[in-house]
Amino acid sequence: MGGFPILSLMLLVPLVGAITCLFAGDRAARSIALAATLINLALGVVLWLNFDIGGPQWQFTERAPIFAGFSWALGIDGIALMLILLSVFLMPICILASHSIDKRVGEYMSAFLLMEVLMVGVFAAQDLFLFYIFFEGVLIPMYLIIGIWGGQNRIYAAYKFFLYTLLGSVLMLIAMLWMVNEAGTTDIPTLMAYDFPAGAQTWLWLAFFASFAVKMPMWPVHTWLPDAHVQAPTAGSVILAGVLLKMGGYGFIRFSLPMFPEASVQLMWLVFALSMAAVVITSLIALVQHDMKKLIAYSSVAHMAIVTVGLFAFNVQGLEGAMIVMLSHGLVSGALFLCVGVIYDRLHTREIDRYGGLAINMPAYAVFFLLFTMASIGLPGTSGFVGEFLSLAGIYQVSSWVAAVSTTGIILGAAYMLYLYWRIAFGVQKNADAAAMPDLSAREWLMLGPIAAAVLWMGVYPESFLAPMRQDIQALDARLARAAPEGDARLVMGDPAPVTNEAHEGAH
Amino acid sequence: MDLGSSLALIVPEIILSLTALVLLLVVAWAGDKASCAVSILSCVALGACFFLVAPAVCAGASGPDTVAFGGQFRADAFAGLAKLMIFAASGAALIVAPAFFGRTGAMRAEYPVLVLLSTLGMSIMVSAGDLVSLYVGLELQSLAAYVLAAFLRDDTRSAEAGLKYFVLGALASGILLFGMSLTYGFTGTTTFSGIRAALDGGLSNGAMFGLIFVLAGLAFKISAVPFHMWTPDVYEGAPTPVTAFFATAPKVAAIVLLTRVAFEAFGTQIGAWQQIVIFTSLASIVVGALGAIGQSNIKRFLAYSSINNVGFILVGLATGTEAGASAMMVYLAIYVVMTVGSFVAVLMLKDENGEPIEAISQMAGLSRTRPALALCLAALMFSLAGLPPLFGFWGKLVVFWAAMEAGLVALATLAIVGSVISAYYYLKIVKIMYFDEPADTIRGKSDGAHWALLAISAILMSPLAYLLTGPLGELADRAAAALFLFA
Repeated sequence: MGGFPILSLMLLVPLVGAITCLFAGDRAARSIALAATLINLALGVVLWLNFDIGGPQWQFTERAPIFAGFSWALGIDGIALMLILLSVFLMPICILASHSIDKRVGEYMSAFLLMEVLMVGVFAAQDLFLFYIFFEGVLIPMYLIIGIWGGQNRIYAAYKFFLYTLLGSVLMLIAMLWMVNEAGTTDIPTLMAYDFPAGAQTWLWLAFFASFAVKMPMWPVHTWLPDAHVQAPTAGSVILAGVLLKMGGYGFIRFSLPMFPEASVQLMWLVFALSMAAVVITSLIALVQHDMKKLIAYSSVAHMAIVTVGLFAFNVQGLEGAMIVMLSHGLVSGALFLCVGVIYDRLHTREIDRYGGLAINMPAYAVFFLLFTMASIGLPGTSGFVGEFLSLAGIYQVSSWVAAVSTTGIILGAAYMLYLYWRIAFGVQKNADAAAMPDLSAREWLMLGPIAAAVLWMGVYPESFLAPMRQDIQALDARLARAAPEGDARLVMGDPAPVTNEAHEGAH
Repeated sequence: MDLGSSLALIVPEIILSLTALVLLLVVAWAGDKASCAVSILSCVALGACFFLVAPAVCAGASGPDTVAFGGQFRADAFAGLAKLMIFAASGAALIVAPAFFGRTGAMRAEYPVLVLLSTLGMSIMVSAGDLVSLYVGLELQSLAAYVLAAFLRDDTRSAEAGLKYFVLGALASGILLFGMSLTYGFTGTTTFSGIRAALDGGLSNGAMFGLIFVLAGLAFKISAVPFHMWTPDVYEGAPTPVTAFFATAPKVAAIVLLTRVAFEAFGTQIGAWQQIVIFTSLASIVVGALGAIGQSNIKRFLAYSSINNVGFILVGLATGTEAGASAMMVYLAIYVVMTVGSFVAVLMLKDENGEPIEAISQMAGLSRTRPALALCLAALMFSLAGLPPLFGFWGKLVVFWAAMEAGLVALATLAIVGSVISAYYYLKIVKIMYFDEPADTIRGKSDGAHWALLAISAILMSPLAYLLTGPLGELADRAAAALFLFA
């Protein structure tokens, strides 16, 4: 692509769209938003096709020192590429899913497009402060989306979301300032190779952890998530679960691990303890929910715990698994929220008991819902299986206990997801109004179809998604090698099997 | 240095004083009919002074060439940058006034003259190189300000604000004067450079008391905790254009003056005042943040917000470094724009009869009835909260950066946690405007000048303004360098 600033263009297109939407009428705003997100999707595909696998680590780099103290530096590696693709892929679907929004459409679309700018910016930023500006800026449109277009208790949820994440982030800012003073640069690739003194690493790591753990979210600072999800409009939930949570994982993989490897090992126990607690506790909580969105929100916390476990396994399987879980969860939980949105639009309740037997009157819907339920559980052939298997295989080398406890998440996940599916899609049609609901419309097919295809693609041929990331994950693994823990598996290379000719002879 | 070159350095002040005096005569002759013309002429004079000062700021003027009258007056880049902000803020206070006072026929022609005189006082304050010129400037500014606070004579709240401001201001001036006399008594000189030289060996008890009283007196002027109690009452009672003026220009002047006194006169004893400043800074942040939460009047709300912001500015002073002084100037510039913008927005909150509305609850649902106004005000609120990508974030970032460079990690951490508390109440305003059902009482139309000022400040606080970080940072760096050349 030469020197063409495609990343800046990907920021500019939704930004222009956002400003235009503010001044446009309702119908026009919908079309503008859809057009802008589709253009960005096309640009994302161009980005993927032109990404040189095995080429330089940072590609499509742009650098313009137009600010004091920091610069407009963009660039992506394979990890960022995949997350940008996830964002631009989900955005048009969100716009389609916002059909039921009928008040203040222009402002709504504007907030979503602004969010897209900031999300792409977070993953593309190569400058510490630029990253922070995008990372924190996301709070503003999300605050407005939850607060204006949310449900009954939206104001409480909006405040909680905002203040929780802000408190985490400002501590990270202090750590960033310290790092910039110490290393004398704001350039992320340089900082990733900089060796901070081991004593300071602990504090820096904790400050970053405060931000990413809230964003992720990890137990016990996850409590903003169910509130935010329940109150947010469908598309808001999709973006929140699909992309915003990934910023926490991205933060770990981009900052915490490569910049503070020693501290990461030193505080590994903390991550493991919180992750194990999350897997078990939030899964059990999910099991008793009566509200569909809350159930899926708690399942998100459990899935993100698998991500953190994989990340802190300090080996290639774990890191690859964590990335695939993030991508897969982005698609699957987004799709599940869309599935909830589909029936919520018809009946205007999220209560599970108000539905039942939907497989009879909404067969197409039931098939999609089943597929995403299975993907969430991690059935082989879907994206969820690939990620969870790799993550758990990675962590097993480090700690078999953590692996054992985390695996219960799969079993419990199957329990609460199948229980949810059973109550909604199977059984008798006990509610007349639920039984009268029409099946998927063409628009809903358009929303769910592409995600279903992506989930299957990632489940059957994950190599397409792993290939661009492989080199970066190996680089990260090499960076972590000096600190990587030994692990309790104590694998010993066995003697090679004696070479005999028996097999050959048998064949003859 | 001869008299001629000294006079050349104070041309802007001469212009201001001559304009003020001539206009005062015009007012005496022509009465209130001339108020419009007087306002315009005052704005022209301020504009002329702005452009007279600007070249010296851009060139980073410093050194002996900028000293006038044997060290009494300094026209260096540090003072110059402060003057640019002061002139701009005073100009804004003149532009927004006629619409506000004109409605009740209270627009009297003295208003622009008083603003000019106050501006002249501030101009002398920021250039002061001697305790005497400091006091003369400060009193000129304050006396004009007392009258301005009570400008709506028929309004009891305004009269009360004026009286409160006068009594407490006089007390603060007394404290300051007492501190100055102690300082003079124990150092034998009133020039900043002389005090600096005299204190080089160590701080005697008497000089220590002098320092503390001087700091206390100046803390009153910048409304830093624990000398902040007058602020909400005066801001609420004074006419809104005057409040906008108080929250910007005199604050810049007093903070810049405090900085010069701290770094120049007491610059060899940084350890002696650093702890005091750290305490004041944190206390201002916390009290400003907690105090604003319960407010129902938007002007009181903004008063606490200004106390909170002063706390963040003082973080820069607490560093005791050149980078800290530079960061303060950047923060001040951003603060002035945000505050002018917020008060202009408050002035635009009117009911259908043009009566001003100050209750925060009346702003409910403003985003639906007046979307453009709500959008600008929301941007300013997010900016005051220091949230990226708005430009207010940059001000906070530079002061925290300076604090980290100076090794004040704990101060920076506590201050930034305080900023989360303040984010809560700025969010509250956004919540009321965007989430609540419309109260639909705000229907009054505003004139073009208000819209223009609001749009300019909103654009300056938008992410676009990050393009200005380079030039702004450079100006601030040169200003701080000019300050430290004497130090």
